Amino acid sequence: MRDNNPDSPQGTAIVASSVVSSMPGSVSHEDAHDAYGFREACRHGDIWTYLSFVVLGLGNVMRGQIVKGLCWLLVEAAFIAFMIVGGVPSIVGLWHLDTGGKLVNVIQDGFSVATTTAPSYVMLLYGMASLFIVVMFVAFWWFAVRSAYRAQVLAKRNGTAPSIVEDLRDLTDRKAQNSLMSLPVLGILVFTVMPLVYMISMAFTGYGPNGNPNYVSTFGWVGLRNFKTLFSNQSGLSVNLHLFIQVAIWTLVWAFFATFLNYFLGMFIAMLINRPGIRFKGFWRSVFAMSIAVPQFVSLLVMNLMLGQSGIVNNLLMNAHWISSPLPFWSNPMWARITVIVINLWIGIPFTIMQVTGILQNIPAELYEAARVDGANAWQLFRSVTMPYMFFVMTPYLITTFVGNVNNFNVIYLLTGGGPTPTGQSAGATDLLITWIYSLSIDKGNYSMASVIGIFTFIVLAVISLVTYRSSASYKNEGGFQ
Amino acid sequence: MRKSTSGVGATHSYTRRRLGDAATYVFLTVAGIIWLIPIFWIFMESFNAFPGPYSDGFIPSHYTLRNYVQLWTDNSQLAFGQMYVRTFVVAVFTCLISTAFVLAVSYSLSRLRFSFRTKFMNIVLVLGMFPGIMVVAALYYILKTMGLTASGLPIIIGLIVVYSAGSGAGFFVMKGYMDTIPMSLDEAATLDGCTKWQIFTKIILPVARPMVVYQVITSFLSPWLDFVLAKAVTRTQNNFTVALGLWQMIQGQGWLTQWYARFAAGAVCVSVPIAILFMIMQRFYTESMSGSVKG
Repeated sequence: MRDNNPDSPQGTAIVASSVVSSMPGSVSHEDAHDAYGFREACRHGDIWTYLSFVVLGLGNVMRGQIVKGLCWLLVEAAFIAFMIVGGVPSIVGLWHLDTGGKLVNVIQDGFSVATTTAPSYVMLLYGMASLFIVVMFVAFWWFAVRSAYRAQVLAKRNGTAPSIVEDLRDLTDRKAQNSLMSLPVLGILVFTVMPLVYMISMAFTGYGPNGNPNYVSTFGWVGLRNFKTLFSNQSGLSVNLHLFIQVAIWTLVWAFFATFLNYFLGMFIAMLINRPGIRFKGFWRSVFAMSIAVPQFVSLLVMNLMLGQSGIVNNLLMNAHWISSPLPFWSNPMWARITVIVINLWIGIPFTIMQVTGILQNIPAELYEAARVDGANAWQLFRSVTMPYMFFVMTPYLITTFVGNVNNFNVIYLLTGGGPTPTGQSAGATDLLITWIYSLSIDKGNYSMASVIGIFTFIVLAVISLVTYRSSASYKNEGGFQ
Repeated sequence: MRKSTSGVGATHSYTRRRLGDAATYVFLTVAGIIWLIPIFWIFMESFNAFPGPYSDGFIPSHYTLRNYVQLWTDNSQLAFGQMYVRTFVVAVFTCLISTAFVLAVSYSLSRLRFSFRTKFMNIVLVLGMFPGIMVVAALYYILKTMGLTASGLPIIIGLIVVYSAGSGAGFFVMKGYMDTIPMSLDEAATLDGCTKWQIFTKIILPVARPMVVYQVITSFLSPWLDFVLAKAVTRTQNNFTVALGLWQMIQGQGWLTQWYARFAAGAVCVSVPIAILFMIMQRFYTESMSGSVKG
């Protein structure tokens, strides 16, 4: 019965359970409280600990932790050097962003030379990065002060503070999280959080062709003007409320159909394969799994060509005289919308089959037995046993899939490119918020509006996931099916 | 399965079940054909002697191996071989780094208790709700500032960095899996004098092997299949990854008529590593986890 697929039937359940345990509100407060806290350091520190507030590592050095103390001091020195050389000027630059990308005369070797200052987006990046480094240093400072206080307490209690060898041993055991997590967390901070902060800050600048001819190199802060633009109903703007609502509604419609059609049809096929009388179950599953081996961008590009005006589908149908003119798969808005949803079924159902199969097999057989004894027919079995169980187990999966579909860039971008797009509009009939953000920023250079839309996408997603999650059975009654 | 006691009812339900089975077979066959046709078509098209699209028949009328030979040897317009190797190198290093990151983060969150733990998980959950596309353009500027967008080695390093740096956030599946490994294993190891690191490398990793394999494969495939990030980061053709090379063959201005069959050949070449990885994964899934805890 349980044959091996290249899938992870347990994977879904695992995602489900880990999302459950990490959702705010359902978190148990098991995390240990630290005895060497910052507040204790302020209250009970001695003179060396207090001096460590200014000279990092001093407290450690005075208690014999020479290497550690010098490392902390080195970090502080490096930070101060950085602030003097680049940090402070970059942060100051944030206040006059609009001086970026201007021709200025500088005196070089006694001559006046015309040069261009760094463009505004570079100033913004440097400024944000410097602010980011300041925040990181504050976190480090907090850590170093606690380290000095800890050395003080331990030196008092044991006579000596832990040696470097003991500290290093701690890193592999009691404080293994410090050695294991520091690099991954640093990676997330620098390459996920910082770019995000940078892009969010753009929402408050004039980085886009909104009445600013030199926006590519020079722009300033504009406050909430871009948000006003989004909510204005003025026509002629590349982004306005009407367009935003159109795209947002289509995004939700798309995500709804893409999630639930895939889910029910995938579950239907998985249940058919699971029927007791059906043979070669492994074969049937691998038939559907085959399509996953072909990269998505390849199959999407092929489908795009096949369904084009003179693509193979229209050609075959016309040669067979079933139609007289090509079917407008990509040129008619309604056709395009239905086509992307249907093609997404082809892409998504194999994944659903893989994920659903394992869970279907885990439904306790007694539930079915009991229902049959009560005289339930196949439909009643499905409605009263299978569905509640599947929904219970898979609500978190459905939410993540829904969020994934709202952010489903590939299918739309490679199939339709957002089109058909009426002339003069910045978003087409099949554009999702995310493809709209992409075309606004990368293609049209309208970074500020793209960022505003991105922020709203985030808000919509966060609200939807929290509301559905909190009203779902698996949140209210964790583990109720066991 | 149900045992019927009355003869008439049994025959009736038997025929009904046979009819249902027959209908299921028909349905599965039709659906199977729908799912296999595009794959079958790409495979056939890769041997098409006619280079462009818009042929009248569904499958080619003349076959040749020329598409594959040209694809790998003719570098005048597009160096597919170089793109393939470049993407492969990026994918291998990304795979190593991000697997290590995911494992380290998952183990810490699943097994260790520290003050930042739940905060970290909630922050990552919220970060995941921001549309990733927003970050793409910023990543390009950051790489450019670091000098990692130039051709050759810099762009390879740049791609590895952008693919692997944030991968620690993808811990949900692995952490959930590790949560299912009994804590009694850790306790026994601690009694035997193992440090947390030793528990990680000597106990948890071997027990979690099927999931580690799954992680290795998905971490390899995400750069191998990525299109969006590569497009934003590699802006000239000599920096392209294989996905962008294939995209160029279809979407490049005026390329289609010459490159359609070679595109299909390239698609087959890109699919080969994926198929191999899936087969490896299947083998590992047969391994059971039983026996880690006795009694």
